[in-house]
Amino acid sequence: MLVSNMNRTRPIDGELLKLKEQIETYALEYGLNFNPVIFEVCDYDTVNILAAQGGFPTRYPHWRFGMDYDQLSKGYTYGLQKIYEMVINTNPCYAYLLNANHWVDQKTVMAHVFGHADFFKNNFWFKNTNRNMMDVMANHGTKIRRYMNKFGQDKVELFIDRVLSLENLMDINVLFETPDIKRHRDELHKLAKEELTNGTDDDERSQALKSFMKSKQRDNAKKKLPKISLQTELESEAAFELDFGLPTKDIMSFLMNFAPLKEWEADIIGILREEAYYFLPQRMTKIMNEGWASYWHSTIMTKKALAASEIIDFADHHAGVMAMGKKQINPYKIGIELFRDIEYRWNTGKFGKNYLDCQDMREKNLWDKNLGLGRQKIFEVRASHNDITFIDEYFTPEFCERMQIFTYKFNPRSGRNEIEGRDFIGIKQKLLSQLTNFGQPVIEIVDANFGNRSELQLRHIHYGADLDQNYSGETLKNIYSIWRRPVHLLTIVENQSMQYSFDGKEVKTIGNK
Amino acid sequence: MDHPIKRDHSRFRKIIKGKIRDNLRRYVSQGEMPIPKGDGQFKVPMPHIDTPRFKFGEKQQGGVGQGEGNQGDPVDGQEGEPGQGEVGQGEGKKELEVDLSLQELAAILGDELALPKIEPKGKKSIQSQRDKYTSIGTTGPNSLKHYKRSYREALKREIAQGTYDPKNPNVVPIRRDMRFRASDVKVEFENSAVVIYMMDVSGSMGDEQKEIVRTESFWINLWLKSQYKNIEIRYIIHDATAKEVDEQTFFKTRESGGTLISSALKVCKEIIEADYDQSEWNIYPFHFSDGDNWSTDDTKMCLEMLEKDILPVSNVFCYGQVESRYGSGQFYKDLTTKFGEKHEKVILSKIKNKEAILDSIKEFLGKGK
Repeated sequence: MLVSNMNRTRPIDGELLKLKEQIETYALEYGLNFNPVIFEVCDYDTVNILAAQGGFPTRYPHWRFGMDYDQLSKGYTYGLQKIYEMVINTNPCYAYLLNANHWVDQKTVMAHVFGHADFFKNNFWFKNTNRNMMDVMANHGTKIRRYMNKFGQDKVELFIDRVLSLENLMDINVLFETPDIKRHRDELHKLAKEELTNGTDDDERSQALKSFMKSKQRDNAKKKLPKISLQTELESEAAFELDFGLPTKDIMSFLMNFAPLKEWEADIIGILREEAYYFLPQRMTKIMNEGWASYWHSTIMTKKALAASEIIDFADHHAGVMAMGKKQINPYKIGIELFRDIEYRWNTGKFGKNYLDCQDMREKNLWDKNLGLGRQKIFEVRASHNDITFIDEYFTPEFCERMQIFTYKFNPRSGRNEIEGRDFIGIKQKLLSQLTNFGQPVIEIVDANFGNRSELQLRHIHYGADLDQNYSGETLKNIYSIWRRPVHLLTIVENQSMQYSFDGKEVKTIGNK
Repeated sequence: MDHPIKRDHSRFRKIIKGKIRDNLRRYVSQGEMPIPKGDGQFKVPMPHIDTPRFKFGEKQQGGVGQGEGNQGDPVDGQEGEPGQGEVGQGEGKKELEVDLSLQELAAILGDELALPKIEPKGKKSIQSQRDKYTSIGTTGPNSLKHYKRSYREALKREIAQGTYDPKNPNVVPIRRDMRFRASDVKVEFENSAVVIYMMDVSGSMGDEQKEIVRTESFWINLWLKSQYKNIEIRYIIHDATAKEVDEQTFFKTRESGGTLISSALKVCKEIIEADYDQSEWNIYPFHFSDGDNWSTDDTKMCLEMLEKDILPVSNVFCYGQVESRYGSGQFYKDLTTKFGEKHEKVILSKIKNKEAILDSIKEFLGKGK
């Protein structure tokens, strides 16, 4: 099935294959532990295609992939950017090398890929990711293409556009759902849905009528509930509170289960949700994942694989990847440096109560207990942390100073972003808040029957940063088009509570402003 | 087979073209012009088409950066991320710029304004022949062999002969099965056109007026270029005297002093007589002014010259009157009196402000001449 698209890539052979075996041996000697890695080479156009499609050779049809491809191709043509490699989290792990890479780049990239592969396999947050995603993505493509043939491309695409609007509203706890919890939740949802629709899928009836009937059905539902799996009265009460499972941050799942959708629409939400959750661990571990892979390409190259003639090229390209930007921290750089710092601290024993309590700066500087625990420690860290806990735990004042990190802020008077300061606490807070909820605002559904009118109420849990107003309005419109009843969003704008509402006609703002 | 992403890509292009069409009025009235890139492509800055999401407002969020610098130092303008492209947390803001060809852009303009195709003056067309490989022949060089068609012929023959065995489908084309790509002769009419822009640069024409002329002429050129294979553009500026200039000077010059429109028409006439044989060229004189002319005598001369010398050789004569604080708009009235509102070959248009540019273009080009 994949063959027609895959003939753009071909498995490595000859010298490259030998190189792979060599690098793989080094990686294994260092204790990296990964699923089999299959390297393929392809031209830049194919790498652009793969990158535009999130690394996968087959996705569902959507213009967004075309847009990303357009931009990537231009970037490459103008020499602005170049993708050296793509690697995807599957088993076996697929990695694509650009056929135009220099020999030294191929080495580096291979070492880098083994780092990623080890991370995918061992990091806790990836525990439940589906490693057959290559097939799943292809199946999703087939399904959506079939829907498009049946219902029209425009219609299906419009719906996908709307759902993509909610793609970032995820609940990270879902990553750890065991099959039992999932089944239990699905049953509750099914029950609630039945209650909502009186057991039929008749979409003709208005929401208002449904909600009226819903209240009539309550008693029935209460009687039914305990039969499913809950035994005690207490649990049954709790389950009824769940009803819709509110509040919930898993907004796609909620709409899939409770919005008045056609079967194909619900299926599409399910598809997009599955893909979004598949990519979630990668969004949560960008710094660690890139840092880990960079740490290993650097270590393997400088200690083992690098030939004398290649040093300049390697240093040049490595430096290019590690370059820092003034407006953004570079995850590759911060990641690799943090891993190195941890390794150094655990090698010398610069951690723990004794070290922290030590007031003598000289003694602190020369502190070396010769523990040699560094390597072991970083392997533990890569297994159990995500970006937030990684930064929270290991981002120290000394490290912050060494990395020359600062915070910046928009100055309305000069109309530009300016350096705010180098205060450690402030920097760390800012970093952590940027990483909170993988950098996305935390939005939850709090009420699905707001004002007893089947209206949907969402709440933005405000951690200091306001939402973009225009985008919020547009997003509400998209949610409305799925929920088909007015939608409200509670948030805070400039320290004032606000409610944005969309009733099908216009976005209204209710607040003190 | 091409990769399916090409379909996503053309889908994306279609969406973009739709967006540009929807926003054409804004582009034109704000003078936001596509930037020619030199290879026949135009770069069009795009309104964002990204998916709306709940996301943090950009300005007040601030962030964390790395490097030297003291409190209060600006961090903007440092975004050129070297290396791996997608660096950093959050979705990087994408400035979308799209390349469109002249034809695509002109098609958008034509669609939006419902412009008719220009029918060139029949006798002024030069015929040219072009070979296009669109047909199939039974003879030809091996390099043009059409394998699929050849094998299809062979298959037909084998089935007809009864030698075809579906279980062992060995189809071997013989000499007379061979098919080759063959050329068709296509006769194309190569039309040539010349656009002669005349602009009043007397003291009363301010920068805003010139901006309007510039924007308008850009879109007019775009449309005419899409309609004619061979097009030349000439520029004349005038106050009390007129001279031919290059494009840059045309839009930049600010003269002062009085206005004698006849001077421009005279230069225009000379250019036509010297370089453009009316039996071979489609001739488009455009004149932009604020409608002030110094003397009624001169106006009289203008009207005469138009009638006698310019109109007979031109496809149309277009007069665009840009409103300015100082202009009286008299020339428009004079032209109306002389030629009437609905003359065959005279198109008059008043351009009140930037918003009116698009309508004015429609007036000029809407007749399909």
